[in-house]
Amino acid sequence: MSTRLRERFQQGKAAGRPLFIAYVTAGYPAPEETVPILLEMEAGGADVIELGVPFSDPLADGATIQHANHVAVSQHVTLRDCFGFVREARARGLTVPVLFMGYYNPILALGEGRTAVEAAAAGVDGFIVVDLPPDEAGSFLVECRARDLSFVPLLAPTTSDARIPLLVDAADAFIYIVSVTGTTGAASVAVDELPALLARVRARTDLPLAVGFGISRREHVVAVGKVAEAAIVGSAIISAIDAAGPESPARRVREYVEHVTGR
Amino acid sequence: MVAEPLSPRFGEFGGRYIPETLVAAHEELERVYAEAREDPEFHRELADLYEHYVGRPTPLYFAERLTKECGGARIWLKREDLAHTGAHKINNALGQALLAKRLGKPRIIAETGAGQHGVATATVCAMLDLECHVYMGSEDIRRQSLNAFRMKMLGATLVSVETGSKTLKDAINEAMRDWVTNVRTTHYIIGSAIGPHPFPTIVRDFQSIIGREARAQMLQQAGKLPDAAIACVGGGSNAIGLFHPFIDDAVRLIGVEAAGEGVRSGRHSATLVAGRPGVLHGTKTYLLQDEAGQILETHSISAGLDYPGVGPEHSWLKTSERAEYVAVDDTQALEGFQALTRSEGIIPALEPSHAIYHAMQVARTMRPDQDLLIGLSGRGDKDMHTVAAALGVAL
Repeated sequence: MSTRLRERFQQGKAAGRPLFIAYVTAGYPAPEETVPILLEMEAGGADVIELGVPFSDPLADGATIQHANHVAVSQHVTLRDCFGFVREARARGLTVPVLFMGYYNPILALGEGRTAVEAAAAGVDGFIVVDLPPDEAGSFLVECRARDLSFVPLLAPTTSDARIPLLVDAADAFIYIVSVTGTTGAASVAVDELPALLARVRARTDLPLAVGFGISRREHVVAVGKVAEAAIVGSAIISAIDAAGPESPARRVREYVEHVTGR
Repeated sequence: MVAEPLSPRFGEFGGRYIPETLVAAHEELERVYAEAREDPEFHRELADLYEHYVGRPTPLYFAERLTKECGGARIWLKREDLAHTGAHKINNALGQALLAKRLGKPRIIAETGAGQHGVATATVCAMLDLECHVYMGSEDIRRQSLNAFRMKMLGATLVSVETGSKTLKDAINEAMRDWVTNVRTTHYIIGSAIGPHPFPTIVRDFQSIIGREARAQMLQQAGKLPDAAIACVGGGSNAIGLFHPFIDDAVRLIGVEAAGEGVRSGRHSATLVAGRPGVLHGTKTYLLQDEAGQILETHSISAGLDYPGVGPEHSWLKTSERAEYVAVDDTQALEGFQALTRSEGIIPALEPSHAIYHAMQVARTMRPDQDLLIGLSGRGDKDMHTVAAALGVAL
């Protein structure tokens, strides 16, 4: 497991405050913007960053992140470029944990072992792979653990109680709770239904829970922060970049993160 | 009743690479299908509809003039073009719609390329009173406007997909997104032997009626099994349906992919011939992808073959060398199309026209006492505009 990630969740717990996890698609809106965006996310108050690895067919994503992936892929941004972004951001002072979020095929194309080796060397802390449930993740889990990288499984409202232990076993740092059945950015988080879902999971693990999908506004982040250890925002950050116009996208992301975290 | 679990893999291929939200639906589908396949009542209901609604068994036809023209093996056509709605797609759509009834899911979604699977799904949904939404790339809607209109007439909601290359792959992405959102009420009738487990097995089992009938008909009409069986491969459902009952026989199995403007041009859909293994749409299989694992855009004159992946069982048949795979380009497919039309009075769809062209080449290398079986997966009415345009004729 990533030490950086574990410590970050411990700090949040000690301070009695939920963490804020910020997502951006690597290479969006342009490759040269990614490192500044990562740095401004941290400056704005992000506790953990998810860097989206572009994929041509992001079938679990809604229109906003699909578009970001499309733009990045058309600029030929690859998994290997993503290592470069993190290496450069670390050299320029990025300290928060960085998780790669994306789809399995780019990892498979580079090779699971090589992906883990290069990720660890670049200062990446782990992986969230949308189309790699633990049932299929055996060999990649081994590679991640060998390099102290975290593997973060997703857990959905449709996940059965019987299946939760399998996801818990694959997790080490936290579990990603998908708040609604749907794609990213499509529907708003169902705050009323969240406690029941989280209770089902907490009955089976003490791991921290981070809630994502459908979180865009400060009130969502506050509401989720009352019941979970972390709130994850993705599509809304891409939308903030889109609203930047001629302004610096990184600056705009920082303003957005400051706003939603209230820092 | 606890049914035998189905195997999720074909050698190293297959599996279930899906978002967590969809796992429960796949587990439920696997359980319900495993029960259905051991339930005589399910098979009775399906067989009754195959006979009286679809018009099965479809004929096995000896193509005497085409055989003479090629001057080699006897050429036989398995006439899936004569099935209700004009293609083999209804074999699977009907079976899965009955499964949806068992699942208690009133809403059906489907993707379609050439429109044949969309039409078949819209048809069975009308007959079984199920709500139907079909995702189709806008480029395919343009190429297959007749089928698009047929679906609307059948009461389906047609959703035009504008993302990516606006073809089959993108329609599958959108259907998956719908399913992730509406999974509790919705069954996704995948139209080819692709996708996450258990879909490749379910689609293969329903399509195997093609090969089972053809095998019995060959024994009856030719007095022997064919020496070779040939079918076109996009996702590969008609091919796996034809091949599967012959797997344990000494029958050469040949899958024909779309070479588009030529495999070297980069504008093609020849996944098994020119691709390498990866994961797309929930399954590990051969894919057309770049170095970094991005899926490539494909091309074929036939919308139904225009897909960068292929059913995982075909990947396994290729690597295990039980079947061989070749590619036929747009021009050659048109040649096959015209040859069958003129010699036999049968207008094939552009998809099986690829298989017909290759079969004509193979037949020439065989002896007159040998038999060659072609899976004629669909009829060509839907392709008239495309063929006319390719031949420079204004309709």
